Amino acid sequence: MGDVVQQVLSAGFAIAVAVAAAGAYFWGTNWLLDKVLASSPRMTSGEMSRRDGLRSAIRPWLFLFPSLLFLSVYLVYPVLETFRLSLFDKTGRSFIGFSNYLWAFGDSNFQQSVLNNVLWLLIVPALSTGFGLVIAVLADRLWWGNIAKSLVFMPMAISFVGASVIWRFVYDYRGEGQEQIGVLNALVTWFGLPPEAWITIPFWNSVFLMVILIWIQTGFAMVILSAALRGIPEETLEAARIDGANGFQIFFTIMIPQIFGTIVVVWTTITITVLKVFDIIFTMTNGQWNTEVLANLMFKWMFVNFDYGRGSAIAVILMLAVTPIMIWNIRRANAEEGTR
Amino acid sequence: MAAADTAAARDLPRPTTGTPRWLARVSVGRLFTHAALLLLVLLWTFPTAGLLISSLRDKDQLAVSGWWTALSTSLTQGVSRIGTAADQVEEAGRFVIRGNIFGTDTNKQVDSFGLSNAAPAAAAAGQTLPMAAGGEITVQRDGSFEWVSDTAFTHSRGPRVFYVASIAPRFTLDNYIEVLTASNVGRSFINSFTVTIPATVIPILMAAFAAYALAWMRFPYRGAIVALVVGLLVVPLQMSLIPLLSLYNNIAQAFGAADGKAYLGIWLAHTAFGLPLAIYLLRNYMAGIPKEIMESARMDGASHFKIFTSMILPLSFPALAAFAIFQFLWVWNDLLVAMVFLGAQDSKLVLTGKLVSLLGSRGNNWEILTAGAFVTIVVPLIVFFSLQRYFVRGMMAGSVK
Repeated sequence: MGDVVQQVLSAGFAIAVAVAAAGAYFWGTNWLLDKVLASSPRMTSGEMSRRDGLRSAIRPWLFLFPSLLFLSVYLVYPVLETFRLSLFDKTGRSFIGFSNYLWAFGDSNFQQSVLNNVLWLLIVPALSTGFGLVIAVLADRLWWGNIAKSLVFMPMAISFVGASVIWRFVYDYRGEGQEQIGVLNALVTWFGLPPEAWITIPFWNSVFLMVILIWIQTGFAMVILSAALRGIPEETLEAARIDGANGFQIFFTIMIPQIFGTIVVVWTTITITVLKVFDIIFTMTNGQWNTEVLANLMFKWMFVNFDYGRGSAIAVILMLAVTPIMIWNIRRANAEEGTR
Repeated sequence: MAAADTAAARDLPRPTTGTPRWLARVSVGRLFTHAALLLLVLLWTFPTAGLLISSLRDKDQLAVSGWWTALSTSLTQGVSRIGTAADQVEEAGRFVIRGNIFGTDTNKQVDSFGLSNAAPAAAAAGQTLPMAAGGEITVQRDGSFEWVSDTAFTHSRGPRVFYVASIAPRFTLDNYIEVLTASNVGRSFINSFTVTIPATVIPILMAAFAAYALAWMRFPYRGAIVALVVGLLVVPLQMSLIPLLSLYNNIAQAFGAADGKAYLGIWLAHTAFGLPLAIYLLRNYMAGIPKEIMESARMDGASHFKIFTSMILPLSFPALAAFAIFQFLWVWNDLLVAMVFLGAQDSKLVLTGKLVSLLGSRGNNWEILTAGAFVTIVVPLIVFFSLQRYFVRGMMAGSVK
């Protein structure tokens, strides 16, 4: 019990120290800057403007310094270091060129992972976005739509591990003849079919795992798309209705083109989540029965086999898969910046 | 003809007979919308509902019947060995062995019992059956039995009694009590808070200053830094793990510690991993604050520091709250970072890690798993339902617009 108290106290202490340190840093450096480079009426105007310029050149970097430090140490440096390690052997000491990558492409587990990741990429973003859009459109037309949206959105708050346990219970399997306590098998036996151990049937088990992520991500897609749908001018919809368009025509010819940009954003955001999916596989199957994906494979090579070279190579491949979306995001952010 | 009818109907005052007005207004399309949405909502909620209901059920019932039958009585079959000669007592010249076929378990009721596997329902509760070893046995509804014989018992191995028992629906918090105490989930609950709160608070002020600089100050390479932040938003965490772990271990060695797995390490790691989103979200929000407010403050001679602390920070409260909630949920729900930087030691497991370890060790004890899972998701659910508005805002800003 004593160590629990100590642990809680240390957490409180850490918060206090961090807030105090951040406050002291920002206030202190600003005060120092204004003090050291202060301009006073006795100075020449040239000196004064030189000091003004120096102050406003230095200040942004004072504001940015802590964040840049953290980003560099925890994200930029590791990314570069992982690239380097991927060209080295297990221990990270001897240079072996692209051997880790060559190994990866010849490894059957790796091939299986890539295949599965591609399947996840094809299925999960499409279905999450699709369901999200349908629910958003339906909910916006009904008085209890907000309650419905809240309930569909709720899985977003649940951890991947918690969601995995929830769905494991749905997929639970008892031998034939026993009473099934998993919903899916109960349904299947009710129709007179034999129960199945769903998460051990290759290919379909991957689909059953994808269902978990779709279940979580649909709420995300729904909320964003619902906001975009509200942005469509009422006159546009009204005009279509007067022209005699029915619900489906309005949906496909007015709504979808109008919010197409948002659909792409939702799609790519879910795509990134899918590429990094780890917890669900780790919790449900740990890659057994042909469900392996890159993130879980990487974790195995890193923390089970302790092969930093191969683990890094898989991480780099994951990074390369994300890169096109990253570049696209940066270009869009730059374009926005230009219009500001 | 039909068109003329409706036109005529429209001119009439409220009809007093015939189809009620509300029914006439119900269109098939609208009904379909209601039905479709209801179906989807049910599809999305039944898994969580099943978990919650199951976690509150009696564990014997949970193991033998689906949660959708939680309100009905369930049947179970069982077998029990009754006493040996050593348990007998002599009463009025007869020999009696007493006991309960359920042991100390008292939530079942005997429907029927029998003496062989083939006939577990040979007699109803309260009836009597002759035993092969001599004498007669009576089993009551509550499971207590009485085996009476005129001659003394000599057997050393109790015969088996088969039974069909019903379990009345029962809801209980026992599963939660067991999970929180015996399975050490309570400790993990505290660990999760220990990790989450500092990891949520620390990045906020840091990110706010950086976001202000990126939104309102002019300096070289500003565009490049914004691009860096946007790029880092999507970098897979997997890229960071190996180098950071080596770094931590080296630092720990330099200080003579066994390994680099400490709370300080995970706080700082989560802080850094949350920074790109924090900076991006806050910068977008601050950039949307009207320029006139900024300029008039500058005119009055206020410094950037003063403007930031007295104007921008209070104005940015919604964005700060949005980020805090987002970060809280993300850290609380994280498994990977906690496993790598805190390790799998039982005293340091956070809730997600604990749940994974329970899946491994108690994978078939659904009473433990359902209650454990609910304990891990209850805090995010409370945060989510009470602060949904801010959460939505954070999410919308975080998906790169």
